[in-house]
This record gives sequence, C-alpha cells and structure tokens, in this order.
Amino acid sequence: MAERFTKSMARNMYLGGSVFFILLFLGLTMDTVRQLPQRDNRENLTEEVAHGKKLWEDNNCIGCHSLLGEGAYFAPELGNVFYRRGGEDSFKIFFKSWMNAQPLGVEGRRAMPQFNLSDEELDALAAFLEYSAKIKTNDWPPNIEG
Amino acid sequence: MKYESQAVSKPYFIFALILFAGQIVFGLILGTQYVIGDFLFPEIPFNVARMVHTNLLIVWLLFGFMGAAYYLIPEEAETELHNPKLAIILFWVFAAAGTLTVLGYLLVPYATLAEITGNDLLPTMGREFLEQPTITKAGIVVVALGFLYNIGMTVLKGRKTVINIVLITGLLGLALMFLFSFYNPENLALDKFFWWFVVHLWVEGVWELIMASILAYVLIKVTGVDREVIEKWLYVIIAMALITGIIGTGHHFFWIGPPEYWLWLGSIFSALEPIPFFMMTLFAFNMVNRRRREHPNRAATLWALGCAVMAFLGAGVWGFLHTLAPVNYFTHGSQITAAHGHMAFYGAYAMIVITIISYAMPAMRGRPNGNSNKAQVVEMWGFWLMTVSMVFITLFLTGAGILQVWLQRIPESGEALSFMVTQDKLALFYWLRLVAGLVFFAGIVAYLSSFFIKGEDPLVEAQARLQES
Repeated sequence: MAERFTKSMARNMYLGGSVFFILLFLGLTMDTVRQLPQRDNRENLTEEVAHGKKLWEDNNCIGCHSLLGEGAYFAPELGNVFYRRGGEDSFKIFFKSWMNAQPLGVEGRRAMPQFNLSDEELDALAAFLEYSAKIKTNDWPPNIEG
Repeated sequence: MKYESQAVSKPYFIFALILFAGQIVFGLILGTQYVIGDFLFPEIPFNVARMVHTNLLIVWLLFGFMGAAYYLIPEEAETELHNPKLAIILFWVFAAAGTLTVLGYLLVPYATLAEITGNDLLPTMGREFLEQPTITKAGIVVVALGFLYNIGMTVLKGRKTVINIVLITGLLGLALMFLFSFYNPENLALDKFFWWFVVHLWVEGVWELIMASILAYVLIKVTGVDREVIEKWLYVIIAMALITGIIGTGHHFFWIGPPEYWLWLGSIFSALEPIPFFMMTLFAFNMVNRRRREHPNRAATLWALGCAVMAFLGAGVWGFLHTLAPVNYFTHGSQITAAHGHMAFYGAYAMIVITIISYAMPAMRGRPNGNSNKAQVVEMWGFWLMTVSMVFITLFLTGAGILQVWLQRIPESGEALSFMVTQDKLALFYWLRLVAGLVFFAGIVAYLSSFFIKGEDPLVEAQARLQES
C-alpha cells in the first residue's frame, strides 16, 4: 500500500462500502420476498403441512438428513424424497411403512431412531415433504438420488 | 495485564477450552458413527452427537470472543472494565444455561426437550445450528445485552481505538443478527432464506470483524509495530470482508427457492470472499517481518500466523472451490461442504480464540513474558498436531466429497448410486478421517497439558543462556 493511501481513506472505504452493500442487500431481500410467492409453493402450504414442518423440527430430522441440501450429510437428502419414493401414487404408503419399520437393526448400518409418531402425524410429515419437493429450486438436485 | 478487571476473561477462556475438548470428543463419536453406523445407538444417535458437536463449537467460540473482549477492551480503552462483577455473573448464567442445554440434548429425546421448554409457544428449534431451546436463545440475548452494555460503557468512558470500535461493531452485529433465530415461518423457503441471516452473516460477516480486530490486537502486542499501520490494514480488511461477504450470502440462495439472479450475484461476490482472508495472511506475515521486538511468547506469534494461513486456506480456498453456482450445483450438501466447514471454522475462529488465549492467559497467570520455554514447546506441539491433522481431515473429506459427487450426483437418474450405497464406497476416506481426528485429539491433549507445565520466565532463561555463552 502506498503511503498516499491514508487511514481515513481506509476508514471511508469501510464505512461507505458496508453501508452501500447493506442497502443493496436490503433491496435485494425485499425483491426476493416479493418474488417468492411464484416460487415457494405457498399455495399448497396447508395446516397439515405446517404441522409436518413442526414435527420435522421437534424431532431434529435435520441432525442426520439434509433438506434442499442443508443439514447433516449422514442420511439421505429429503427435499426430493417424495419423487424418489413413488410420488403422487405411492409416496405416502412407502413413507409410513418405512417410518414404522425403524430402526432396521442391521448390524453396522446407520440407524434411524423410532419416533413413535401417530398415523395422523405421519400423514402431516409426508405432506410437508411433498410440499418441500415442489418448491422451485433452480432444478436442484441434479438427479433423483439427491 | 495492565488493568485488574481484565482478569474476568480468565474463567471465560478456561470454560471455552473445556467446551472445546468436549466438542472434539463428540467429533470422534461422529467420526466413528460414519464408519460403524450403529455405534452407541440408540443411546447417542447421530443427530444428538452432531448437535452437541456443533453447539459446543458455537458456544465455546462465543465464550472465547467474550473473554477476548473483556481482556482487550479495557487495555485498548485505557480504563478498568465498567462492571467486572456483572461480567462474572453473566459468565455463570451463560455457563449454566449452556451446560443445561447440552445435558438436555443428551438426557431426553429432542422432542421431549422441545415440549418441556415451550417450543409450542414460540417454535425456533430443530433448525441446523439453531437447535437451542427457545428459552436458551432468550438467555443468550440477555447475556449478550448485559455483555454489550458492559463493554460499551467501558469504551464510552475510555479511549476509542480502531480495534475496540471494530470489535464492538462486530459484537453488536453478532447480537443483532442472532435475533433472526427467533423468526421461524411455516414457509420453508422463507425460513431457510432468513436462517442464513444468522448463519452466513455471522461467520462470513460480523465474526470476521471480531477475528480481524483480535488479530490486530495480538499483532500490535507481539510485534510492536506502529498502531497507525495496523489500524489502516484493519480497516481495509474489514471493508473487504463486508463488501464481499454481504452480497456473498447469495451463494446460499442458489437452491432453496429464491430467484435466479442470486446464481450470478452469489457466484461473483463469494468468489471475492477469499480476498479479506488473503489480506489477513499478508498482514500477519508483514507485521511479524517488520517487528520491532521479539516477544518472548513465541507460541502466541505462531498461533497468530497459523490462524491467518489456515483461515485463508479453509474459508478462502476451500470456500472458493465449490462456491460458483455450476460447481455448487453438484457439490451442495456433499462431503465437500463438510471439508470446507471443518477447516474454515478451525482456521478462522478456533485458532483466533486460541491465539488470544495463548497471549492473554500467561499474562493473567503472572507471566507477562509468556510461559516458560518448556511449556511453549508443548503448546507448539499442540499447535502442529491439531493443525496438521485438520489439514488431513479436510483432505480426506474432500476426497470423500469428490467421489460422492462422481458416484451419486453426476450420473443420470437411474444410473446414479443411491446415497447409502455411495456412503459405503467412501468408507476408506471416513476411516482415514477418524484416524486424523484421533491425532487432533492428541494435539488438544498436548495443548491443554501445556497449561500445567511450570518453569522459568522465558526472558530470564534467554538471559541466562546469553551469559553462559
């Protein structure tokens, strides 16, 4: 750095730069929030889906799985599990029997706890995963395996 | 130590290191579960161990940041801390709340914990890194407010240096951004979007201000370089951190619902995010080369230099590797993310906290020139064991990630291997990572044991050697 670059110039760069980018970020945030209704599948956000999200959180599913690529990477991605496991035709049936069969008890295999959810709760969780699968994610994940 | 009240940071540092050790133990449990899937099941399921691992990380870093602030703010402001007693009370409140939360994770099922802590009234739990019960989150806010009041008043009545102003700005931002953890809408896309306001704007925004100011403080102390020079660097580094990091948040908005323009904005700005870290490395080496004094605490200087280098590699290089949208499309949520996360957090934040501890702890224990040479040698063993093994952990996870992308992500649907089958194929990398984790554990044992090694003042020892020769 040349000596002509003074401390007050550095400070102005910090203050000006951060204020400018904070304002830009706020503007972009407002625009994103305005555009989300066309992308986030909110028309299908029923009470049942909201209940499913609450169950997802209360049981810390994110501690093993990822959802839209975020979370832990110990168990499969569930953002698209609705399509991977049967879609409209049979996802719910698959999901319920899968949940009730846990833990599988295969020695050495990663094990999922039994959460003892009621039939109604499993329906809500399945509805939440279906809703999540229909959020527009710029075509992520690259294939059905997530 | 110039001011008596600086001593309040001691319990903060000690507790931070205890939690750090706990974090590593749970890291080893997780590493084992990656290869022996049912290890400790059902007593400690993976999600519980992971929550303890990441929450201990966040909390020990917060303890470290607070300890750093209590130590350096009075000295920078040239006045005693506004209220040392409050600092100690808040320490116990935070330590108790943190301990209870971890015990809650371990002793009751998460759903029970959510129920008994009132998650139904204000649901905030069950989101990655924000798993703390709502009442713990409220407690964090109370502690943060008391803490900010205490150091804010100290600076107001004392000298306002660039270091303490930047540090306070960072800590204020940290508290402010944490408020977004209370916003948890039913709409998943909105939830995820604002979740990043805490997570990204912490680690790639305000925490960088905190890190840079602590680094600047330690460099002034160990090199004796003119404050004016260091302050100018500090301004430029944090300017670059915010200029790149704020819009850089966009690299998390690619695949969770927000509009497509984030693909461009996120890619461009996050590609610039290594710049502040690169400048930090230049800064640290530049200052040490221009030093006017050879501080006898060589371990602290080593930590400062190591921190700058590892932060650049982990946050800068490994972040850049998978930040461009076309690459991230394949690597998002793979082991590449885990590789980057490990080295970035260790390099930037774990090491900056250890740097200030390495400088401040001996001073608080009546050794202004640093620990004895014997103790410093053991501490430096800790440095190298931990740092080198972290490099290997990162490399092994990167290897696992590349293979994972190759087998699971790149082939078309129908030809790609499933997640679980892919994981089996990565077992060798996970075993190697576990071995590297054990070496890391040996490193932390060496590091912690250096606290118990006595011996002569390093300056006295050096003089004695001079007289002999």
